[in-house]
Amino acid sequence: MIEKVLGGQTETFHELIRPYERSVYLMALSLLHNEAEAEDAAQEAFIKAYRYLGKFRSESRFSTWLISIVLNEARGRLRNKKPGLTDSIDDNSEGSPVPAQLTDWREIPSESLERQEVRTLVRRALATLPLAYREVFVLRELEERNVQETAEALGITTASVKMRLHRARIMLQKELAPQLKSAVPASRRRFPWF
Amino acid sequence: MVLNCRHVWDYISGYIDNTLDAATRADVEEHLAHCEICSAVLDSTRNILILTADDRVFELPLGYSERLHARLADAMLEIPPPERESG
Repeated sequence: MIEKVLGGQTETFHELIRPYERSVYLMALSLLHNEAEAEDAAQEAFIKAYRYLGKFRSESRFSTWLISIVLNEARGRLRNKKPGLTDSIDDNSEGSPVPAQLTDWREIPSESLERQEVRTLVRRALATLPLAYREVFVLRELEERNVQETAEALGITTASVKMRLHRARIMLQKELAPQLKSAVPASRRRFPWF
Repeated sequence: MVLNCRHVWDYISGYIDNTLDAATRADVEEHLAHCEICSAVLDSTRNILILTADDRVFELPLGYSERLHARLADAMLEIPPPERESG
C-alpha cells in the first residue's frame, strides 16, 4: 500500500493507516492526558506521516515509524507546556521500587472495568508514572510491542526497555493494588447462617 | 540459592515475561511457594497488567476516525503527493 501511495494513488493512505488509528491515539493520550489534545496530536502525526512517507524505509516497521512520529509530536507539546519536563531517568541507578505488600490480595475481575470509577483509577495510576517509564509501559503492555520494537520506537537500548518496564510495573502495583482492593471489595458471598 | 523478598521483587518482571534462566526461575518459585507476601505481589502485578491492557480503560472518542480522515483529506489537498526519496 505504501508503494501505491508513493506511486500516486494517494487515497490509499486512508486505508494504510486504518489499523493504526487506535494505537497512535492511545500513545498520544498516554502522554498528554487530554482527549482533545491527544486527538489533535494523533491527526498531526498522521498528516506528518503522509508528508514524509517518502522518507520511510522498509527496514523498519510502518507501525514503529508511526509511533515514533506521534511520540515526537506529543513530546513536543509537553515541552511547550512544561519546559524541562523531559525526565532524566537513570536506568543504572540502584534503588528499585518497592511493591505494595498485601497479604490479602484477591483478584480484581475484568468486569470491574465496567465501572467508570475503576477505569479512572487505572488511568490515574498510569498518569503517575514518570514519562520515560510510561512510554515503555504503554508500548509493551497496551500496544503489545516486543522489546526490540519498543527500543527502536523510543531510541533506547533493549536493556533500558526491560529495566523501565520492570520499574513501571512495580510502581503501578504499588500505586494501584491498594486502591483497587478498596474500590472492588471481594464479592465472595457469605452464607448468613454461618 | 536462597532468595530474600527484595531479590524476588527484582525478578518479578522477568518471571512474568518468562525471561529468567532456569536456575533463577526455580529459586523464585521456591521462594513464592513459601512467601505469602511475594505471591500476592506477583498475583496483583499480573492482575493489574491484565486490567491496564483492557481496551475499556482507554476508549476512542466518538467520531474520532471520521474526524481524522476528514482532516487528513483536507491536508492531503494542500500537501504535494509524497514520492520515494532516493538514498
